[in-house]
Amino acid sequence: MLLVVEQFLNGLQFGLLLFLLAAGLTLVFGIMDFVNLAHGSLYMMGAYFAATFVAWTGNFIIGALLALGATLLLGIVLEFVALRHLYGRDHLDHVLATFGLILFFNDAVRLIWGPAGLALPLPGWLTVPIQIMPGVYYPAYRLAIITVALAVALMLYLVVMRTRVGMLIRAGASNREMIGALGININLLFTLVFGLGASLAGLAGLMQAPILTVQIGMGENILILAFVIIVIGGIGSIRGAFLAAIFVGMIDTLGRAFLPDLLRQMLSSTAASTAAPALSSMLIYLVMAIVLVVRPEGLFPASRR
Amino acid sequence: MTASLKVRSAAALLIGVGLLLLPLYSSVSGNIFVLTLFTRIAILALAAVSLNLIMGYGGMMSFGHAAYLGIGGYAVGILAHEGIGSGFIQWPVALAAAALFALVVGALSLRTRGVYFIMITLAFAQMAYYIASGLARYGGDDGLTIYKRSDFGGLINLSGRVQFYYLCLACLFGSIYLVWRIINSRFGLVVQGLRSNERRMEAIGFPANRYRLACFVIAGTMCGLAGALLANNTDFVSPAAMYWTRSGDLMVMVILGGMGSMFGPVIGAIVFLVLEELLSQVTEYWALIMGPLLLLIVLFGRGGIMGLLGRFSRG
Repeated sequence: MLLVVEQFLNGLQFGLLLFLLAAGLTLVFGIMDFVNLAHGSLYMMGAYFAATFVAWTGNFIIGALLALGATLLLGIVLEFVALRHLYGRDHLDHVLATFGLILFFNDAVRLIWGPAGLALPLPGWLTVPIQIMPGVYYPAYRLAIITVALAVALMLYLVVMRTRVGMLIRAGASNREMIGALGININLLFTLVFGLGASLAGLAGLMQAPILTVQIGMGENILILAFVIIVIGGIGSIRGAFLAAIFVGMIDTLGRAFLPDLLRQMLSSTAASTAAPALSSMLIYLVMAIVLVVRPEGLFPASRR
Repeated sequence: MTASLKVRSAAALLIGVGLLLLPLYSSVSGNIFVLTLFTRIAILALAAVSLNLIMGYGGMMSFGHAAYLGIGGYAVGILAHEGIGSGFIQWPVALAAAALFALVVGALSLRTRGVYFIMITLAFAQMAYYIASGLARYGGDDGLTIYKRSDFGGLINLSGRVQFYYLCLACLFGSIYLVWRIINSRFGLVVQGLRSNERRMEAIGFPANRYRLACFVIAGTMCGLAGALLANNTDFVSPAAMYWTRSGDLMVMVILGGMGSMFGPVIGAIVFLVLEELLSQVTEYWALIMGPLLLLIVLFGRGGIMGLLGRFSRG
């Protein structure tokens, strides 16, 4: 029971983290129709910035805020210099260009920070376990991730649903040409959305950093997961991304935690211990394939085109 | 247009002859490395040619094409591991396995379009990747060493460097010929018609997905052949051969060379792999140059290198 609660919370935490990544991706995808493979690189840069700034300032919160600003800036520069010239091009051009950016960022990081990973130490007040139920303790930092991510999700919801900018974003997602024709400064909106996506990716990276090591290529695996999420959720739909992220986070975490035991009851223990990790890694892709076969446009399509 | 066509054919011919004469250069200059490099290039070019068939002509953007490379390789590796060394068994099994996988993936994936298609093919490739990682008997994550290359009796000796190179080259040229025949056939014209306007083709009465699926399976099978060659070339096969970045590499080769041109993927593979090799000799941080280069090619060189050649000759 204890383990179940813990793994459940782990799944929720991972899912919320994935949501931060997927939200930016689905906005950029839904509004600019731009496939950004380099989104994972922004996630990685967020983590590296955080590790550096926290070491500089000696304060976790200040370092994290600086890192957030730095990724926002990086995203805006990236959009302004290169990516905005690619809107309206073929998806394949996006894939090729941002694939090039992944190569660039990985080696740039290797040049600046070296090939070895970095560690991002937590301040003392975040490392203590907190009693969430009688007899059930959970790490404070993971709870902090859940809180921050939920707060960001709520804020995102309010911004998108309740403000003028959010209205433009939603309008952009359902019909790009039309809002341009209505006299909205679409370039500014695009830069804004891209910067927002970049800083969300950076936030996800810097929050994940203390749990895993900060290393080159950390963005690539998780990028694919984020793509899976926005495809399951339906491209351009933030609500879809949120639900799909939680769903994927849960499946992944619970699969890894309980599948080995489940398999052990059916197979011999050696067969189970080799098959389980592969099977639990596959689980998400299996889910996505099934979703796409049944609902080719994802579960919550943002617009019918 | 005819001038540009001439320039492009001349470039293709030049490269074809160059590839044929390469072993001669290698033996005269004593530069063995160039031969091993170009063996690898020929194999990956074959994979790129197969991807171009579905991507360039069929309009099916598969982001999981490396899976067939791995499946072909694993078919050879697993059979060799189990003591079946004959190439006459290994290679047909490799092709059949790749074809079967392509059939299943294609049948499910072709229900979707556009970006969803890109992602679902990726998902299947990732599944294949994790299955291979879980094959504990065959090395799991670490991969499988192949101690003996496929045995074709007295017909051809795959351990002979030059013989193997020419085998790879023959497969490459054969596949280019096959693609050429396919796209000029009635079948190929239907597939290209589907790329331009699916609804219209269906209105005429062509079952869209059946044609697409056949094309998809042909491309997968061709790539399975590349996988069998690659496993013999490296004497090793590992899940990494199927990782999504490898699929990305193949896509880059196709787009770099010029999508939907017969010889473009070959040029793309040569440029990509030679550049990678040269840059990695200059600096350890080769991707620092390669990455922005790709970006520049996308920004300013629409239609890839073949497109550039065509525009250049038109002035």
